[in-house]
Amino acid sequence: MSHLDPVSPPSGASSRELILGRIRRALADVPRDELPGSVPLDRDYLRVHGTRTPEQTADLLAVHLADYRALVHRCPSGGLPALIATLLAERGARSAVVPDGLPDGWLSAVSGVELVADTLALTARELDAVDSVVTGCAVAVAETGTIVLDGSAGQGRRRITLVPDHHICVVLAPAQVVDSIPEAMERLDPARPLTWISGPSATSDIELDRVEGVHGPRTLEVILVDE
Amino acid sequence: MSGTYLGMPAFPEAAAKSTQDTQLRGNLRHATHTIRAKRAVAVAELEDWPQLRAAGAAVKDRTLRHLDHYLEQLETAVTAAGGVVHWAADAAEANRIVTDLVRATGETEVVKVKSMATQEIGLNEALAEAGIHAYETDLAELIVQLGDDLPSHILVPAIHKNRSEIRDIFTERMGDWGRAAPAGLSDEPADLADAARLHLREKFLRAKVAISGANFMVAETGTLVVLESEGNGRMCLTLPETLISVVGIEKTIPTWQDLEIYLQTLPRSSTAERMNPYTSTWTGTTEGDGPQTFHLVLLDNGRTDTLADTVGRQALRCIRCSACLNVCPVYERAGGHAYGSAYPGPIGAILTPQLRGTASALDASLPYASTLCGACYEVCPVAIDIPEVLVHLRERVVEGGAVTLRGTRAVIKPARGHAAERAAMRAARWTLDHPAALRAGQRLAARTRRLHPARLPGPGRAWSATRELPAVPAESFRDWWQRTRGEGKST
Ligand code: SF4
Repeated sequence: MSHLDPVSPPSGASSRELILGRIRRALADVPRDELPGSVPLDRDYLRVHGTRTPEQTADLLAVHLADYRALVHRCPSGGLPALIATLLAERGARSAVVPDGLPDGWLSAVSGVELVADTLALTARELDAVDSVVTGCAVAVAETGTIVLDGSAGQGRRRITLVPDHHICVVLAPAQVVDSIPEAMERLDPARPLTWISGPSATSDIELDRVEGVHGPRTLEVILVDE
Repeated sequence: MSGTYLGMPAFPEAAAKSTQDTQLRGNLRHATHTIRAKRAVAVAELEDWPQLRAAGAAVKDRTLRHLDHYLEQLETAVTAAGGVVHWAADAAEANRIVTDLVRATGETEVVKVKSMATQEIGLNEALAEAGIHAYETDLAELIVQLGDDLPSHILVPAIHKNRSEIRDIFTERMGDWGRAAPAGLSDEPADLADAARLHLREKFLRAKVAISGANFMVAETGTLVVLESEGNGRMCLTLPETLISVVGIEKTIPTWQDLEIYLQTLPRSSTAERMNPYTSTWTGTTEGDGPQTFHLVLLDNGRTDTLADTVGRQALRCIRCSACLNVCPVYERAGGHAYGSAYPGPIGAILTPQLRGTASALDASLPYASTLCGACYEVCPVAIDIPEVLVHLRERVVEGGAVTLRGTRAVIKPARGHAAERAAMRAARWTLDHPAALRAGQRLAARTRRLHPARLPGPGRAWSATRELPAVPAESFRDWWQRTRGEGKST
């Protein structure tokens, strides 16, 4: 249990038995000896759509990210610190939140930007006043143009990639890039809180016109580092 | 329109009103046709779509046939991860549980991410009675809430409003609920979205309690999953101290791996995207990140009754993608409100009468709000045979028979002479009286041939007993209707 306060005992305890009893009666047609696993399920769908070299996979990721209006940049690993500094400067960012465990060198070229640590003490309101955030990711999915953050080193709490209006996310290729959703699922740990991001926040609620940035960052910049 | 579905007229009356609303019909037509065309492109990108669809249906069938097993497994996993699980047999109990949980926090405001389950049970109204304000944070839901209106589409709930109507609602009402709209707000979607951003951010930063639904619950791991676009979901799921998720028991899937199927089929079927902008998954609570108290309310409210019907059970596979709405010629003309529940369109026509029973005139009329064209079945990513269930429910309305109501076996009487039957008859006639709806519904008729009964089921029986129903291939249902009805050309 990660919370410290005692919580009240669950309500609806008798409803639990009521509902489970209803379910068992409702399933009178299911043979008694049928096990869940014996209900047929063919996983004959594809694990990957198409064959690609690692370079082609990274290219596809870039194309699909851009399709959903993320700004995509590519650089060799040596060029990363300069590129991050440039992107923050172009944006006019005065402050940026930085998660624990972000590789030291990544921000070595940044100057004139206040770096705010991602701590528990940082309130949501304080975070709201921060311009940008720089993170890594857990995995990126080429077929859908998705980056996934899992809160481990270099990615921080979920809120830091949500509240600031500008998110710079670094993806290491080929190490962190997979082709497909099934491949990504395999790499991810469901016990961690996961955030899957495909392009910036968007809505099509008004006459189906796509508008970026209702609540999440309005600008998502992805740096694909070719290692 | 007031913010409740209770006491709504039967489908034909409600539909008659909305079909006269040319603004509504224009908006709906544009929206459904746009989404429909985009969806076809997104689906065509995946050459294994039929296999994904079959697997998506099979996973749900496996879950439903052993739902007790998976719910117990889910409860164990959620509890082990630091969550608290509650069971609610009906809407009243779910509302009571949530109200008590909010009260225990001492808060009188909650933020909500769009959830059909909470709409189904009327949670916002129940909270309001307890003096708790529930703020909808999805842009479309905000439009609907500020306008004292009801959602009309699963995916785009404010599809019936255009930009200038939205601007007027924001200008007039935002100030009553919090931060007012900026002076001189234009009707540009970007400006409107910006006004919503400012209005809602204030609430997100203040909120201590959030209420959500979930798209999936993974039994094996206790993980909940929410797919969304705007980030309001992420705000609700991460910033508050307490998170309460109200989820129908049918949203369970067995394993983490099973999720890979729906993460491929749901976004493409729904918003026609390769992937929706944001998906959040969480398992209980995580120290130092996100809400430190998590409650899961498992909702029955008629789902076990639906499970007991071996034909209707498949409706519980639904992943609420809304693809069936966008291809439905009846939905396109009648609009979402005519269905009188949180679930409009073809899925609503089979789900609502199963969840609520068919005693009311509205619910009895819903299985008739269809041309049985089969387009909904064609697009459904979990292969729900909606026409089959519609025909089955029509029979139940008119012939009665064995059903399960709130967990108890009952035999319902035929609805002859009953108000429900009259409502059903009117709905059938409404459909047949809208030649354009019927015509649009005929393109796929050949593929659903077996669904066209030799005799009309239900109320149509007496009528068809005196007329020969021709085989479908000989002429389209519509042509036959036009000819046998002797009313000349269609409009
Ligand atoms: S019935 Fe099928 S097509 Fe309709 S909303 Fe549900 S999953 Fe989607």
